[in-house]
Amino acid sequence: MDFLNAIVALANYVLVPGIAYGSQLALGALGVTLIYGILRFSNFAHGDTMAFGAMVTVLLTWWFQSMGVSLGPLPTALLALPFGVLGCVFMLLATDRAVYRFYREKKAKPVILVIVSMGVMFIMNGIVRFIVGPDDQQFLDGERFLISARTFKEMTGLNEGLAIKSTQAITLVTAIVVVALLFWFLNRTRAGKSMRAYSDNEDLALLSGVNPERVVMLTWIIVAALATIAGVLYGLDKSFKPFTYFQLLLPIFASAIVGGLGNPLGAIAGGFVIAFSEVTITYAWKKVLGYLMPDNLAPDGLVQLLSTDYKFAVSFVILLIVLLFKPTGLFKGQSV
Amino acid sequence: MKKFLMATAATALMAGSAYAEDVKLGILLGFTGPLESLSPNMAAGAKLAIAEINESGNFMDGQTIATVEGDTGCIDASLAVASAERLITSDGVKGIIGGMCSGETGAVLQNAAIPNGIVMISPSATSPALSTVEDNGLFFRTSPSDARQGQVMADILNERGISEVAVTYTNNDYGKGLADAFEEAFTQSAGTVTLNSAHEDGKADYSAEVGALASAGGEVLVVVGYIDQGGAGVINAALDSGAFDTFMYPDGMVSETLEANFASATEGSFGQHPNAPGDGAERFTEMSKDAGFDSTSAFSAESYDAAALILLAMQAAGSTDPSDYKDKLMDVANAPGEEILPGDLGKALQILKDGGEIDYVGAAAVEFVGNGETAGSYREIEMKDGKMVTVGYR
Repeated sequence: MDFLNAIVALANYVLVPGIAYGSQLALGALGVTLIYGILRFSNFAHGDTMAFGAMVTVLLTWWFQSMGVSLGPLPTALLALPFGVLGCVFMLLATDRAVYRFYREKKAKPVILVIVSMGVMFIMNGIVRFIVGPDDQQFLDGERFLISARTFKEMTGLNEGLAIKSTQAITLVTAIVVVALLFWFLNRTRAGKSMRAYSDNEDLALLSGVNPERVVMLTWIIVAALATIAGVLYGLDKSFKPFTYFQLLLPIFASAIVGGLGNPLGAIAGGFVIAFSEVTITYAWKKVLGYLMPDNLAPDGLVQLLSTDYKFAVSFVILLIVLLFKPTGLFKGQSV
Repeated sequence: MKKFLMATAATALMAGSAYAEDVKLGILLGFTGPLESLSPNMAAGAKLAIAEINESGNFMDGQTIATVEGDTGCIDASLAVASAERLITSDGVKGIIGGMCSGETGAVLQNAAIPNGIVMISPSATSPALSTVEDNGLFFRTSPSDARQGQVMADILNERGISEVAVTYTNNDYGKGLADAFEEAFTQSAGTVTLNSAHEDGKADYSAEVGALASAGGEVLVVVGYIDQGGAGVINAALDSGAFDTFMYPDGMVSETLEANFASATEGSFGQHPNAPGDGAERFTEMSKDAGFDSTSAFSAESYDAAALILLAMQAAGSTDPSDYKDKLMDVANAPGEEILPGDLGKALQILKDGGEIDYVGAAAVEFVGNGETAGSYREIEMKDGKMVTVGYR
């Protein structure tokens, strides 16, 4: 019984939030890694791209809600999501045409593109705040819990409750579907293969007749979809606030770099590594150990490695360690 | 023509002080930021007192009072100091009602009020650290120090028979001050604080913080935070994960937003905020209804008192110069003299004009103690049947 209680407590406070957060980071990191692999620069505007896509979705969700459209137990935002993706695609293609293409044609160095992307970041940041405001926005509706802590306790008779929010389940399912689709696209379709070829060796790909503008456009479209989905999932699970997306940039980059920049598989692994280290290192193990250990050995202290204030520091430290010992990341990516 | 206008303008400027011109008061509150849902009712409280005095026509030689507002952002010290500078140097205010949050108030006091010699009465800065700050007699507050609130919280918990709590506080002067004051008071009365940990405002996700608090355990989670910021996030995360279902809400949390969002979800939770029982509070409530704002919103009564006290002290000193009237604040706030409740301000001005003495009680039972702050009375609230109800006063 104590053993089960320990597992449930661990699942409730570490596993479930960690998996949901990890999926959100993984989707964000996939976008960053694709841009790095194919367009060859670190896109600092990615966090705000997520915010922009999510914002379009939020606005449409409100519109749908006001018309009485709903998906029953599922959040209406899922219905608005495809339109949010469209809005984000439009935005990114417009930015590419207006900004990035100019530098691409000049064969600008990656570092210049990085700075350019910072400028784009501030502009998008401003646009999002201008349209939807800097405050917290609620757009979640439908069933809130798949299983709530109270019902779980009643069902199992355990001391510990396990809560799974419906948004957490949706996050995981959507992430799996999106990742599967992405890998199918990259490995099985002609367009995907041409993207990978372009990423591996640009000159060779050009010689083989790959149209570079098409590859770039496809990349932006995929990135827009990934960013919007990641942004909406994060917003549904937590809440939509433009500033938090800006803050998300750090763990997302950490995930992409830890996994190996330019390597999609690495981005996913990196997302989970970062999410779980953030959660486990700052988790207080007192409760779990209290169940597992005999009474006389149960800890008095919190058994917390780091106070939760240092959550973001964890991603930094992991980033540094990986860069020092394995500059290409856990999975073989390009070195930074 | 142009020259003529300039000349008149210049004369008007120079001769200005000789005429019955507007006296300006600054209202320096966090109109944006983590307590932005409280500030409108606070400003309305202060303006109610000023309107009352303007209507009476008894102030000084029939002068009227105008207000200028400044934003502090509540947690933005540089914005607060800049706003205060503007109020003092460019608008020429004679006294400031503000600041709102403790950290920002300390910064304004040190960097703007003391250098310029302006009196500040804060309706809501409650950090114990402000009690001991060297203020040249310029700083007052109509809300009690959190050292007192910490004691009240310990009393409430003891009376409810709760002996183990976890505390999370917003990581700033207010949060840390109150959390520490509470921990001290509660531990002294044989209670246990399992964990006293900070949370940062403005984050989307508090599951890690709540995980640590849940692991530490406790019957009640004391949320020393802001309702428009991390406080709400912490409660949501705690409810979602089933970690806690009863909460204690100190003054930064008690507001309409709390009632609207969490009253039914946190049934049986309780809290307190500075507010006084008695005729003063009742009268203030009636007056606020006519003026169209919510008098039970935290610190609204204190704001009324802050504005009234500054103006009464000016009247008592017969001068709007801060260095003259700062010494009169203690006199008008405390006995001896006739007791003054909200709605009596016109009468009070007349008494002072005739050379009499008053004892300002006001909406929040003001009684200044030695260092220019009130002893304080708190309203205890509880969530019952989806509503926030008053349990009693302490």
